[in-house]
Formats: sequence, C-alpha cells, structure tokens
Amino acid sequence: MCATCGCDSNASSSIQHIGEHNHPHDHSHSHGKTIVAVEKDILHENNLLAQRNRGYFDAKNILALNLVSSPGSGKTSLLERTLTDMKGEFPFYVIEGDQQTTRDADRIHATGTKVAQINTGKGCHLDAHMILHALQGMKPVENAVLFIENVGNLVCPAMFDLGEKERVVIISVTEGDDKPIKYPDMFHTSTLCIINKVDLLPYVPFSLDKVKEYARQVNPALEFIELSCTSGEGLPGWYQWLKAKVPVTETV
Amino acid sequence: MHELSIVMSILDIAEKESAKNNAVQIDEIELEIGELSGIDMPAFDFAWQQAVKATKLEGAARIVTHIPGEGLCMDCEAVFPMHQLYKPCPVCSHHFISILKGKELRVKSLVIN
Repeated sequence: MCATCGCDSNASSSIQHIGEHNHPHDHSHSHGKTIVAVEKDILHENNLLAQRNRGYFDAKNILALNLVSSPGSGKTSLLERTLTDMKGEFPFYVIEGDQQTTRDADRIHATGTKVAQINTGKGCHLDAHMILHALQGMKPVENAVLFIENVGNLVCPAMFDLGEKERVVIISVTEGDDKPIKYPDMFHTSTLCIINKVDLLPYVPFSLDKVKEYARQVNPALEFIELSCTSGEGLPGWYQWLKAKVPVTETV
Repeated sequence: MHELSIVMSILDIAEKESAKNNAVQIDEIELEIGELSGIDMPAFDFAWQQAVKATKLEGAARIVTHIPGEGLCMDCEAVFPMHQLYKPCPVCSHHFISILKGKELRVKSLVIN
C-alpha cells in the first residue's frame, strides 16, 4: 500500500521516496553508483546479544524465564507469591521491565529478592541489550532462577529474543478467551501459558476450554497451568513446573 | 510500536554498511519483509518518516519486497499459503504447522554514492 495516498498496489515490490509521492515502478539502478549486497537480518544485532545472554545462562546453569502478558494480568503478583512461597529453594533474581517507575521492583524487593528495574521510557518491550546490562549489575550466582518480567504488552515483546530458556505467557480470565488468536505471535512463541485469576471464573464469561482451543490453534505444543495468586489454587502445579525446569547440575 | 525499534535497527545496519564503503549518501535501500514477521506497514512507514531525518537514509528510495507466508503441515506435508498463525492446514485441518516463508525481516542491499 502506498503510504502517501493509501492506494492499493498489487505489485510485490514498492518504491517510495519519502517526501515525494512515487508509485511503484520496476526496480532499476542508475549508473555510477555502487550496489552493496547487505543480506542481513534486521534483528541480527538483538539475536546476537540474545545468544550471548543464553551462553551466559548456560555456563552458569541459570534458568531464565521471560514472562510476557498484557498489562494487569498479574505477572508481578505471581512473582510475589512465587518468591515468597519458594523462598530458600533456589537463589532467585528478577529483572523488571516497565516504561516508568520502580513500583514493581519495589514490590519484588519487599520479598527479599535481588531485583533490577529497567525503565524503557517510551519503549514498548525489553531487548537483549537491556538484559545484558541488567545482568552486569546483578551478577547472579550459579544454579539460580531468573525471572524477566517484560513490559505489559501482548504484541511487541514477541519479536525480541532475550536469551531466555522459556517464554511464559500469562493471561487472566478477565481478559477474554479469544486473546490467543487476536494476539497470536505471543502465544506462538511461548512454551507455557499460565491462566491467572481463576478464582474469578464464576463472575466472568470466560471459557477455559475455549482459551485452550484457540491457543492450540496457534501453538499445538503449548502447555497450560491454571491458577489464582489470590486464592492460591493451582500454584503447586506452577511450582512443580519450575522445579522440573531447573537444570540439574552435573557432577563429574 | 516495535516498528520504531525495527526502523532504528535498519538505520544502524545502513549506517555501518555505508561507512564501510565510504559512502556519503544512500540512494536506495532494499528490504524484505515477510507477511508473518509481525510488522504493521502503516506503523512502519510512520516510524520510518520520523527516524530517517538527518541520516544517510533521508531521501533514499525504499524498496520493500513483501514475502507472502507459506506453511508446511507437519501431519500431511501439504504446503500452502499462510496468512494467519491460527488457521489450520487447508488439506487435513490440523494445526501442527511449520512456517516456511513469511518471517523474513532483512536488509537486502544498498545503493550508495
């Protein structure tokens, strides 16, 4: 589509001079100029840094989880419960991503957990570079569990690999059960889906079967855990999942 | 608005490549954007217009090749056009699909001066 006038063009290639109004034409180059074949992924830089983070986690036997969801699904509440209930079982660390304030980091800090807050300002997601710098200040010990709470946004964080082991998408029953097909990228790239606030199920028109059906259309391999941070229902299943994911240290 | 981050990454690649070749100006940039790459083109255009100001890409022609999505059904091995992540295989209706094409997000080439 032409961005200037909104016309639809069937050509698969389109050319556009910013500031002028040009319609698509055949791809040609004038003489006296050099063509440089770049052939580079646009996310190349982020993906390199993500792999660097991943290598760091592997070397230190750290389980890094990227928690993604829309705002208000209960990511921070889930972390507060988890860090309190599982205190002492593993060394825990948290990286909090928000546009503004240290409110979430303050809540995590209150549980006695080491936490770093990243404020993205106008940014809508965390990227691998931010995680790299957060880790430099945090210096997590070996065999730890690191939770990375992404910016509340069900769209943008899906594109950015942080170097995590698993991506966990959280949806709450107050959000509508068709979220997985309305925002498919996030569900496509996650391995676990936590359905939060199940204590509110009697009061909202949300179908657990429907949400799972929709999510499996996007990602047939997705696992589900239903829980409520308020009532505590289903939390043991989440703790078991976590324990099973922590890499066992090999003693030679 | 992750499109702004994407445009900034393109700028970064273009500046680095043109510096390597001692270019003072970029006349043209060719991009490949897949149908399933998660890029909203109006948002991308908006971010582009703001971000290229006072860079070597200001005034450069932008050629975008849109790559249609293509899926491979892992159950029946059918290959089919894929426009959404949630649509089943049109042959056997299963959802276990591998994406063959459409995730591309690449800087193909630059024409420099």
